[in-house]
Order: sequence, then C-alpha cells, then structure tokens
Amino acid sequence: MDLDNARDLPRAGFNFDNCKRNATLLNGGFKPPTTTKTGTTIVGIIYKDGVILGADTRATEGPIVSDKNCAKIHYLAKNIYCCGAGTAADTEMTTDLISSQLELHRLQTDREVRVVAANTMLKQMLFRYQGHISAALVLGGVDKTGPHIYSIHPHGSSDKLPYATMGSGSLAAMTVFESRWRPDLSEEEGKKLVRDAIASGVFNDLGSGSNIDLCVIRKGSVEYLRNYELANKKGERQLDYRFKTGTSTVLHTNIKDLLVTERVQAVPMEIS
Amino acid sequence: MSILAYNGGCVVAMRGKDCVAIATDHRFGIQAQTISTDFKKVFHIGPRMFLGLTGLQTDILTVRDRLMFRKNLYETRENREMCPKPFSAMMSSFLYEHRFGPYFIEPVVAGLDPKTMEPFICNMDLIGCPNAPDDFVVAGTCAEQLYGMCETLWKPDLEPDQLFEVIAQSIVNAFDRDAMSGWGATVYIIEKDKITERTLKTRMD
Repeated sequence: MDLDNARDLPRAGFNFDNCKRNATLLNGGFKPPTTTKTGTTIVGIIYKDGVILGADTRATEGPIVSDKNCAKIHYLAKNIYCCGAGTAADTEMTTDLISSQLELHRLQTDREVRVVAANTMLKQMLFRYQGHISAALVLGGVDKTGPHIYSIHPHGSSDKLPYATMGSGSLAAMTVFESRWRPDLSEEEGKKLVRDAIASGVFNDLGSGSNIDLCVIRKGSVEYLRNYELANKKGERQLDYRFKTGTSTVLHTNIKDLLVTERVQAVPMEIS
Repeated sequence: MSILAYNGGCVVAMRGKDCVAIATDHRFGIQAQTISTDFKKVFHIGPRMFLGLTGLQTDILTVRDRLMFRKNLYETRENREMCPKPFSAMMSSFLYEHRFGPYFIEPVVAGLDPKTMEPFICNMDLIGCPNAPDDFVVAGTCAEQLYGMCETLWKPDLEPDQLFEVIAQSIVNAFDRDAMSGWGATVYIIEKDKITERTLKTRMD
C-alpha cells in the first residue's frame, strides 16, 4: 500500500529532467535566459536594544527594472528576519524553506529559536549546493543570548558582525557604516543610519533603487516598516490619455456569460 | 539570441476596477519564419482565471499540461475551485523545482478570486520568482515596449470598457515595434458575471 502511494507522489527536491535538453539547446548557440535578480543594497546593524535590518525595493532582469517595490526583508521566525540579495527566486525560496524548518524546530524543542541556529541551517544548505543557489543574505535577530547580525555568502561562509552589508550596493552602504556606526546607538540614531546606508545604495548603485524598507527587532517585539521612506515617487500625470470607446478595431467579440445566479433563502429557526 | 525569443510572442495583463484584462498576440514562429498566426498564448484554466505563457512553444504546452494536472488534482482532492493566488504559489514552486533545468517560459496569471471577486495579476521569471503588483504585468519578446506603453496608458480604477482600450492599444503598439510578435491579438476582459473575448484587427506583417 505504502509502496503504491510512493510511486504516484512526485519526488521531493529539485528536478533535473530538463538539464540535458537545456544543455543541448544552449550548446546550439542560444544564450541562457536572464533570471530576476535583486541587484540590491541590504544591510543590518546592532544597536542598543536589538537589531535593525534595511533593504531597497528594486528587482531587475538585466537592465530592466522588473519590480519597483519588492520586499527583500523575509520572515524567518518571530524574532528573526533575513534580507536577501542575488537571484530573487533563490532568496525567496531559501528563506521560505528555512523559515518552515525553524518553525518545526521551535515546536520540537519548545523554545524560541536562536539566531545561530538559523545561520547554521542557511549556511549548511547553501554550502550543500556549492554556490549554485545564489543567495547572499543578511540575517538578523534577537534571542536570549542577545542581538545578532550574520552575513552569509552564496557558497556557505558566514560572518558574525556588528554591522553588515550585502549586494551590489554593499560598498556604498558600508562607507556610511564605517564612518558613522558606533556601539550603543539609540533606536532613532540606528534607524537614521540604516536609512542613510540604504539611500546611498539607492542613489549610487544602479542595481538598487525605489523605496526603503526597515525592520526593527527588539527583545520581545518586531516592527516591520515596509516602505519606511518613499524615496522615488512617480510623478503626477499631466494629461489624460483616455481613448474613445471603439478606438481599437475589433474583428470578433465573444461574450461568455458566467450565469451568476444568486438566491438568498431565509431558513426558519428551529423552535423546540 | 535568447532561447526565450525562439518562437516569439507576448502577453500582458492589467488590473481594472473589479475586473482584470489579459491580452495575447497570435504569432508562432521559428525565429524569423512565421509558422502560424492563430496561436493564442493565453489559456482559460478556471471560471475566472487565465494563464498566459510566453517563451519556447514546446515548454508552453508542456507546462500548461503539467499545471492543469496539478490543478485538477487539487480541485479533486479539496472539492473546491482553485483561486488565482494558490495557483500562482503552486506554479512558483513547480518552476523552482526545475531551478537547475528550467522550462523556458515566462508565465502571467490573471483572474478574480472566486469568493471575494478581488482582481489578481501575477507574473514570474522562468524559475518562479513571483511578482504581484497592483498595476500591470508583462512577458514576452516585446516586454520592454509593453512596459513603456503600460506605464503611460494605465491608471487606477479603469472600468472594463476603458481597460479594454488601454490594454488593446498597449499591446498593439508594443508589438508593432517587435518583429517576433504580432499577427493578430486577443483581449480577454474578466468581470464578475461575464468574460468578453475580443479579437483585434492588427497589422499582419
């Protein structure tokens, strides 16, 4: 019985069925397609009462901006969030996978998960794939041992730092931290510093752009500030480009009526 | 040339007020040679849900069939209609399964939630990175032209009639500047009570 079920279920994990075909196609002189990347400036710092993570919101496909307001600060656990740079699908799926594993770990151990556990799980997974999963992460959280920031590289190495930056805008952001970060920043100072670091990425790096997201994690509370600052608002349209009905020539029209019938029936109450 | 541009074609979807629109061209070619002019890259996969697939023809058909298999299995098991949001999540994980040997397609989903009638649009790259904005999504060989057209013509809360004109003008003018797409177009407007399919008159060159 079990065997019969196993035969029908798709196998878990990656599927390599198309690899040989794709290699043949690409050998025939076709360029491999571009995937959505998050060029990205992502940062994290430790401040007096916890950590602050920051990210820009641009996603690109080659030179084209494919998403002007994407979220790059991913949820891992109640007390842990993670910023992702690199191939957008990889950062999204990796953080989702580890998030569910952390939740299972929390239920099994009946304790709040520690940031070091998230770091180990992420780096072990990335190392297993030898850098083919291109996710560069800034992991931040607060647990019983205090606030922690880790930066994790796609090949599976990680650093434990008081302030970290990643992505194509990492140099621009790091200059801000190198000149202005100090231990025991207040929350307001910390938010300002992270905002400035992301802004320097947004305005100096072409891979980063649009708005600024922040996430403040304190002991026992989290404040996810999505679109903390709208640095690049779209201008108001001056003219109305309204078309007259019938501008586009239609050859055939086919209307499919979905036949929505709605009937409300009063059900008499039972009286016993 | 990218393998995604081998057969040509494009799809665009837009949100309107209590409605969504999705449009496709009709060309199926092999590089510069046109094979057929009646291939619609948009499939009607639920009462109020459409799936558009651009890219390599063989993969368009394979992915369509595989997704329909998974969707039918879901609907049989759960005994309810699949909403656009879970369908997109399913497609995203399906495409990411093939992370290291992807299908050469770029999908677009457009539909209304069967319960709330909330409009939903979404597109992905070929390995399943989802993107669900509140304006419009594009895919195909003339994506750049489509971005330009949509960015100027689209505005919030368009009524179905206006939305049709906007999406029709966007796709027609975008693919007129692309040799790989065109040869006719079809626009679908999805509303709560009806679906209107209009075939457009376009340049046939």
